[in-house]
Amino acid sequence: MQITVNGNSETLAGPSTLEEVVVRFRTSAAPCAVEVNERLVPHSKRTQVEVRDGDRIEIVTLVGGG
Amino acid sequence: MAQLLETTETHPIPPLKVGSFTLHSRLIVGTGKYANDETMNRALAACGCDVVTVAVRRERLIDANGKSLLDALDTSRLTILPNTAGCFTAADAVRVARLGRDILEQLKNPGARWVKLEVLGDKRTLLPDPVGTLEACRELVADGFEVLCYSSDDPIMAVRLRDAGATSVMPAGSPIGSGRGISNPSAISIILELLKDKSAGGDPNYPVIVDAGVGTPSDVTLAMELGADGVLLNTAIAHATDPVMMASAMRMACDSGWMGAHAGRMPKRRYASASSPWEGVVTHIPGE
Repeated sequence: MQITVNGNSETLAGPSTLEEVVVRFRTSAAPCAVEVNERLVPHSKRTQVEVRDGDRIEIVTLVGGG
Repeated sequence: MAQLLETTETHPIPPLKVGSFTLHSRLIVGTGKYANDETMNRALAACGCDVVTVAVRRERLIDANGKSLLDALDTSRLTILPNTAGCFTAADAVRVARLGRDILEQLKNPGARWVKLEVLGDKRTLLPDPVGTLEACRELVADGFEVLCYSSDDPIMAVRLRDAGATSVMPAGSPIGSGRGISNPSAISIILELLKDKSAGGDPNYPVIVDAGVGTPSDVTLAMELGADGVLLNTAIAHATDPVMMASAMRMACDSGWMGAHAGRMPKRRYASASSPWEGVVTHIPGE
């Protein structure tokens, strides 16, 4: 299954929840927020959402800004 | 000198209410552009702020160190104000606001309740798109956000944003990061009058914060002397040669401006008014 994570094309071997994808691709332990196809999936719902072929996933964090 | 200090009166500056938030410092400071985290944290401590702005961005998944701004900031002490910088449409600003809220909810930071709304017109000027800003403001207010709205210094736009439910209107002194100060003090004064003066339909407690364009401490003082409730700045501290010293200067400038505004300035006069008495002069005064 092909998905896009933060603009990069990635391959998943089998069915995955959004939470599993987030854990696999992140290196930071700080809180993050996640969108699937430009819609926020609240942090409490990530384990309940199955990732589908072609999904565009954005994993975002807070950075310095004004 | 010691005796002088003992008799110096101090005038505590009251906290600033912005919606459901109480700010003990009237400076809101950005966290961008610092050379490193240590300098940022020293500058934040020196300026005395209790609210800092942050941006929402894609995580660098390839960063093996996994470093995050959240590891550097003391989020137990600081209230985070997430911005929607980099958004050019109302829809994107609403998206980004919701992403920021989701992160701050996980941190249990009170900043989850509010957002600094920016909907920009173009990348060169970074001036706000007034139509997109108004649209996003309405949508975010309906979604339960307390919206602090970055705006131009257009007084009518400021009124429209207040009427759309903005918790605070934040007119730009001059373009973001330009360091040009308060380009149009008259426009800022009119905004303050329309939003805060009862006779103009305003509310003295409605918070107006000058956001963007500040370059020097005197810019902060001018904004506060005009009657602004606070100032939001970033680059003026982060890009100073000595950011920590500049942060201290900004703190004092903000206090000076607030006190100057509330102490009641002397009236301006067309001609001079001698401070020393005329009575008893021993000299010849021309024309007399």
